[in-house]
Amino acid sequence: MVENVEIIKGTSLWRDAWKRLLKNKLAVFGLVVLAIMALLVIFGPEIIYLTTGFTADGIPEDGNLIKSFPPSLIHPMGTDEAGRDMLARVLQGGRISLMVGIISTFVSLIVGVSYGAIAGYLGGRIDNLMMRVVDMIYAIPYILIVIVLLSVFGGQNTPGWISFLSDTFGGAGNQGLSQIFMLFFALGLVSWLTMARVVRGQVLSLKNQEFVVAAKATGVSTFGIIFRHLVPNTLGPVIVYATLTVPSVMLTEAFLSYLGLGVQAPFASWGSLASDGIRNIAIFPWQLIFPGLTMALTLFSLNFLGDGLRDALDPQTRKF
Amino acid sequence: MLSFILRRLLIIIPMALLVVTLTWGLIRIAPGTFYDSDKKLPPAIKANIEKKYGLDKPWYQQYFLMLGNVTCRIKGTDEITENGLQFSLAGYDFKCLDFGDSLKYQGQSVNEIIRRHLPYSATIGILAYLLALMVGLSAGIIAALKQNTFWDYGSMALAMLGLSVPNFVFGPILVLFFAIGIYLFPPARWGGFSAVILPVITLSAIYAAYIARLTRAGMLEVMRSDYIRTARAKGLDEKTVLLRHALRGGIIPVVSFTGPALAGLLAGTVVVERVFAIPGLGNIFIQSVLNRDEPLTLGIVAFLSILIMIFNLAVDVSYGFLDPRIRYE
Repeated sequence: MVENVEIIKGTSLWRDAWKRLLKNKLAVFGLVVLAIMALLVIFGPEIIYLTTGFTADGIPEDGNLIKSFPPSLIHPMGTDEAGRDMLARVLQGGRISLMVGIISTFVSLIVGVSYGAIAGYLGGRIDNLMMRVVDMIYAIPYILIVIVLLSVFGGQNTPGWISFLSDTFGGAGNQGLSQIFMLFFALGLVSWLTMARVVRGQVLSLKNQEFVVAAKATGVSTFGIIFRHLVPNTLGPVIVYATLTVPSVMLTEAFLSYLGLGVQAPFASWGSLASDGIRNIAIFPWQLIFPGLTMALTLFSLNFLGDGLRDALDPQTRKF
Repeated sequence: MLSFILRRLLIIIPMALLVVTLTWGLIRIAPGTFYDSDKKLPPAIKANIEKKYGLDKPWYQQYFLMLGNVTCRIKGTDEITENGLQFSLAGYDFKCLDFGDSLKYQGQSVNEIIRRHLPYSATIGILAYLLALMVGLSAGIIAALKQNTFWDYGSMALAMLGLSVPNFVFGPILVLFFAIGIYLFPPARWGGFSAVILPVITLSAIYAAYIARLTRAGMLEVMRSDYIRTARAKGLDEKTVLLRHALRGGIIPVVSFTGPALAGLLAGTVVVERVFAIPGLGNIFIQSVLNRDEPLTLGIVAFLSILIMIFNLAVDVSYGFLDPRIRYE
């Protein structure tokens, strides 16, 4: 009998990719920064409140001295026009900005992947029609679509499940917050187009392979083939593209908040904080610079992570 | 080739009409109208306004009237309007491409508003794209030629920074340094060449970053291809190989980025227009959407979508010149 046989474990695609990712210093940097940022954003506001008593929306009653106070030991990022602690506001705003990134990307992922996969698999005339629809939506400025979505489904008309989500995650009966959740969905609903194209391309190249033919021969339904067999095989490019969607929706949210269409006071996001800061740029530059830099650092890390993931998951594609 | 261009030009017409239809539908779906205000209007006044703008007619009549105006129709005998393209043919007076009057800016036609505000956006957009091309192409080529050196990492890190800093942060920071810190350029407003510099730099940053990354990737791929090896093997000097052979193939991704980029530059200058107080088209567009100024929104969307489709056609045609392997039937 042979003893002490070493069992060689095969490396899966994912383990391989993970190894390649860890070799990429910039991607690891991005991952670490994002992890720290997430922890800060989740626990930071509470820690600040417990140690100093400052909150993101607490306006101090005493004196004009604290309004627009420059960075100091007590207020590391200074205070804003109303005297609120900027650090607390930036961390609180980070919650909404990161949530925009995650929820909107998730929405765009679900819509884009199903749309692209269905178009690619069904092919022919349906595919042609579905992709022309995508082209058409591309040609309409997304800002128009967002405004229409926000005004049709905003205010009293917010769908019940969105109010439910915002009640569950952010305290019940908060009209302003359910409006922000509506914004997340609106952003997701305008950013799925490229995802749909990516997935369609993948499905087109996969659908004539043997495993699909085998699935068809054993009587798997069309729905089953698309979502059980094809979609899991497109995950690599989908994950890569999703990490690149996150910074782009965060920028779009910031842009909308800057225009006064997105997150409104008393809520804050990095975009709305920066747009408040721009008004005082000449006198109180820290009100723009800190939220702006925090956002830039996060986007920087996300972009590096996205690049790293692409190289790791898809070594064949070209780098850009 | 010529038939390809002609066919694509013809497709633009139905595509643009579809875009206009969708936009019209979107505006109509959204609740609220242009005459909404905090005060509730008396029903008689509301009825009068609706009558004046034809809003009392059924929606399909309104739609076809709008469609007739923006395309071509025979001018009514009692119609007095200078808007759009007017000509006589076979005894009939025709009127084309008339988007009507703005609902918000009383007495100004949409065509006139676009004509007046476009030059600002176009100047900044085109200058920004040229700057982005210059900076992005040179940074990308240098990064590709000196792959994995300081130059490569340095320019790619800068490009990443350009992609990550939002332009409404970058613009004000530029103003802070170059207009308020040291007075080199005016901080805002239109007037003279020096006023254009900061907005153009702000706007071009993200595009320069994108182009640099695309160029680097394209060049790296092309430099490994067989035809470059052939060019070297037949004894061409490195400069000719690079500029005559590699660059042509390497910038194809950059060229395909040009279509969406120019579209974004022409429409998406909103932030820069706001930061620098420039009376461009982007801001007018956002305002028109918020004001429910339907004719103005439709006009700008139609104008931009046609422009985008023409750019995309030009991009597709230029592929043929850049890469002889690409042919159109």
